[in-house]
Amino acid sequence: MKEQTSITDIEKKDKMTKITGSEALMLSLLQEGVEVIFGYPGGAIMPVYDALMNHEDKIRHILTRHEQGAIHAAQGYARVTGKVGVCMTTSGPGATNLITGVADAMVDSTPIVCLTGQVTSPLLGSDAFQETDVIGITMPVTKWNYLVTQADEIPEVIAQAFYIARTGRPGPVVIDLAKNAQFGELNFKYKKCTSIRSYVARPEIEADKIKEAAKLINKAKKPYVLFGQGVILGRAEKEFRAFIEKSGIPAAWTILGKSALPTDHPLNVGMLGMHGNYGTNIKSNECDVMIAIGMRFDDRVTGDLSKYAKQAKVIHLELDPAEINKIVKADVAVLGDVKESLPMLTEKIERKTHESWIKEFKDCDKIEYEKVINKALYPDKPGLTMGEVVRIITEKTNGEAIVVTDVGQQQMFASRYVKLNHTRSFVTSGGLGTMGFGLPAAHGAKIGAPDKVVIGIIGDGGFQMTIQELATINQTQAAVKLVLLNNTYLGMVRQWQQLFFNKRYSATKLKNPDFIKVAEGFGIKGRKITERSTLENGIEEMLNYDGPFLLEVEIEKEANVFPMVPAGASVSDVMFSSD
Amino acid sequence: MKKSYTITAFSENHVGLLNRITIIFTRRHVNIETLTVSASAIKGIHKFTIVINDTKEKVEKVVSQIEKLVEVLKAYYHTDDEIVHQEIALYKVPTRALLESNTLEKTIRNHNARILEVTPEFTVIEKTGHKEETQELFEILNKYGVKQFTRSGRVAITRSKKELLTSYLKEVDKAQSIHITNNN
Ligand SMILES: Cc1ncc(C[n+]2csc(CCOP(=O)(O)OP(=O)(O)O)c2C)c(N)n1
Ligand SMILES: [Mg+2]
Repeated sequence: MKEQTSITDIEKKDKMTKITGSEALMLSLLQEGVEVIFGYPGGAIMPVYDALMNHEDKIRHILTRHEQGAIHAAQGYARVTGKVGVCMTTSGPGATNLITGVADAMVDSTPIVCLTGQVTSPLLGSDAFQETDVIGITMPVTKWNYLVTQADEIPEVIAQAFYIARTGRPGPVVIDLAKNAQFGELNFKYKKCTSIRSYVARPEIEADKIKEAAKLINKAKKPYVLFGQGVILGRAEKEFRAFIEKSGIPAAWTILGKSALPTDHPLNVGMLGMHGNYGTNIKSNECDVMIAIGMRFDDRVTGDLSKYAKQAKVIHLELDPAEINKIVKADVAVLGDVKESLPMLTEKIERKTHESWIKEFKDCDKIEYEKVINKALYPDKPGLTMGEVVRIITEKTNGEAIVVTDVGQQQMFASRYVKLNHTRSFVTSGGLGTMGFGLPAAHGAKIGAPDKVVIGIIGDGGFQMTIQELATINQTQAAVKLVLLNNTYLGMVRQWQQLFFNKRYSATKLKNPDFIKVAEGFGIKGRKITERSTLENGIEEMLNYDGPFLLEVEIEKEANVFPMVPAGASVSDVMFSSD
Repeated sequence: MKKSYTITAFSENHVGLLNRITIIFTRRHVNIETLTVSASAIKGIHKFTIVINDTKEKVEKVVSQIEKLVEVLKAYYHTDDEIVHQEIALYKVPTRALLESNTLEKTIRNHNARILEVTPEFTVIEKTGHKEETQELFEILNKYGVKQFTRSGRVAITRSKKELLTSYLKEVDKAQSIHITNNN
């Protein structure tokens, strides 16, 4: 095996000398190809930080200003690179500050390894200073976690941690390292993990399911593909394209699946879900065969489940057995990695076009364009819209940028309107909807993809949840572009209050700081746009600026995102406006 | 329709796994009726036997979530007629009652229960059987005043001819050896 030859010198060396657990941890991370760690030091992780200094040439440590910033940055990094994101914190508060990000990575299947310091093992359970039950706290929100109490466990546990985080349906792993294990000594020997007996990373594909699925697809008059992040996580973008192109089936995406298919692809019919497109939603209740690929039927996608796709035969291609029949019962469940199952299916299906069926989507698009899109992208009223900002960003970047969002209205405008050409170019907090994700995740994405234009689109509320990460950006000087869409409201909540709570704006109005001054204080160049006439120029300045940049845009205060499938309504009941 | 299901999960023995399994139930607000952890017939593999009263749909979902845990090899669920199952109950009654009643000894014999220990103060009686059976004996004994009563979780063995886990393990072993050769 390749890994073994590359560590022979290390092996030779440790025949003679023992090394510390912390040093072993560093060598293990190097074996796993780790180049960046996002972290924050403290008492219980100091031996590891000390060892880190010996490897600064190979492992870059990025000191965030809050542990939440560290994990969201690691998530952004992981999502754009496809590698495992690594973060490191001390025990107690350091570890608990990670929890939101861990939960976010769990629900959005992001491969993350968190290394947390822990009190020395004889003190475990004694309420020692900064002792928290990190294993207990993170258990429900991790794919796996483990408490290391002895130095000699480190190489094997780290190998397993990376294997579990990145294989199968990816997810976060927390490794809690008792301080005595960091200090303790061991003979280092590293072997990459390639399997775990009790863990199935790739279930075998049943050939007869492929046959059954192909039969349904070949007979279908109105087949409809719904794709999710599984296509990206499975690195199956090419296979996916081949499948839809041969079958001629229109394909709609979940928010996390967005960049798996270029926005301009002729078979890309748009976004699913609460603020998705009109056609994509209502056609869910009109198709005869629904082919769900690497997606999990989130309630934001299905709306009222009792009125969802009842007419359709459902084919579900999915890696995680627990997702099959969890929400929508599959008539044919094709369990397995879509990278393998899609080509098998493509081979068995007939080459077709579904022109009149696709035209139905186009007709819906026309309606949506007139009722909503045109106004959002080319407003004729004075107030600036989030839609036009996103449109100009697309125009100026030609769909080549990586776009990271925060949560709220700005997230929906970005998902709906930004056009993207490449996979792994849309990073957003989907399943958890974590405000504060955007700023650090955009930074992490830029660290992972330094040659790409990385644009964070963030609301004024969410921006202030992790605003301290501007200092981190100033320290790395990563040229991330932050677009702050300031409507002086917790806009998405205000929208719900307007529509469903009689315009009672309870606790949603924000008295904001002078963001440009704040950015300046953090050492970040900024510019505020208040007029349409300077918007384009502002975006150009931001993109041309050599370094990080904050562009604040004053947005019309009480604008709404439409269309909308209200919570609990059927996907057939799409609202186009508040009246 | 809710009914009794017995879930069996086979796992590697790891600290914290019990917690991992029980939070799957807690999160879905499913009550665990009984839970037993023991060794299985295969060395190093532990067996969880969990009884819940719920719908087939719910039990299916819970089982797939259990199986998803990294340390769990396999999880199954069975209806009561698919398994042979037992629980064990212990009853502590005053010895005086036994001496004074002329039917009690017969009752114990008729219920296939047995006496484990007798002291001048108390007698400990043991019975294995289904819950209804151990409960029935409890009702009778309680007329004489049961001082302590305890019932174990369910243990169960499947009626199927195929040994599910053994064949699964064989498959895993085969797959892993293929995996390893591929890597060379
Ligand atoms: C951590 C967290 N707290 C609360 C919420 C609920 N929430 C969802 S959207 C939203 C408003 C976001 O406001 P802002 O960041 O200004 O974005 P806008 O909707 O105005 O674009 C809130 C409070 C959340 N998603 N995450
Ligand atoms: Mg706002």
